Amino acid sequence: MLKIGNHEFSSRLLLGTGKFPDFDVQKEAVNVSGTEILTFAVRRMNIFDPEQPNFLEKLDASKYTLLPNTAGAKTAEEAVRIAKLAKASGLCDMIKVEVIGDFKTLLPDPVETLRASEILLNEGFTVLPYASDDVLLAKKLEDLGVHAIMPGASPIGSGLGIINPLNISLIVEQATIPVIVDAGIGSPADAALAMELGADGVLLNTAVSGAEDPVKMAKAMKLAIEAGRLGYEAGRIPKRRYATASSPLEGMSV
Amino acid sequence: MKLIVNGNTMEVARVQTVDDLIKELKLAGKGAIVELNEEILNKSQHAETVLANGDKVEIVHFVGGG
Repeated sequence: MLKIGNHEFSSRLLLGTGKFPDFDVQKEAVNVSGTEILTFAVRRMNIFDPEQPNFLEKLDASKYTLLPNTAGAKTAEEAVRIAKLAKASGLCDMIKVEVIGDFKTLLPDPVETLRASEILLNEGFTVLPYASDDVLLAKKLEDLGVHAIMPGASPIGSGLGIINPLNISLIVEQATIPVIVDAGIGSPADAALAMELGADGVLLNTAVSGAEDPVKMAKAMKLAIEAGRLGYEAGRIPKRRYATASSPLEGMSV
Repeated sequence: MKLIVNGNTMEVARVQTVDDLIKELKLAGKGAIVELNEEILNKSQHAETVLANGDKVEIVHFVGGG
């Protein structure tokens, strides 16, 4: 079970909803992934287009726990405003704090992320900050009382996978709250590695929505995350520099 | 009455409340979230909140994102 604040989930895959080719593919991919948590963004409505699709209706959002993000925010104050707008929908109390400090790398601003998380905790939100893979930052966020910490594997949408597995494992080791590896996952192997490192979950989006076959990739990610988790729980063998025979060395018939 | 909605200045007739405005824009039932003069309104406040000339209204909703 993955426990975040007052919420409990059996799936450890959190799926973003951006950039799918169309709503039908998205719906099918979401179904197949087995996810129980969907992320999305808050944006201005087009007030001149009454025909614009209702995102939530297309997905039957009532079946999922909604995790809005504060993407687009550059400061803590902007993130807090977006979080409050999302909560005013009456549909969710969780917020993915995302304060981007640099628009080339899309790396999160640690200082503003910390500030925004503190304000939102005081406002009663269930707070999941997206952060860089800095071990001390993760600790400081946990000390504030956030409900999960979401270190990035690599820059958003890069598909580079986990570029600092040591940091992710150190964050996992010190954490007493869920660690969800968020951003940069490219392949099922990346997702499995995150879970083998002891992460409690993986949040991904482009790896599925941008795949040649998003529905098939959604299934692959589901299986990879399950496999990685089982592997972590099972406890892998230590790495050795030389061979150790699997078959008995005694009793050879010569 | 003149309103600034999502940065657009518009003249609306027959609109009194936030709910009226959402209906006028044909956005009812589409998950509109409203901020009036930088104050965020809960859904339950839409029907009772009366608009005034020159009000600044932001209407947002959920879109795909990661």
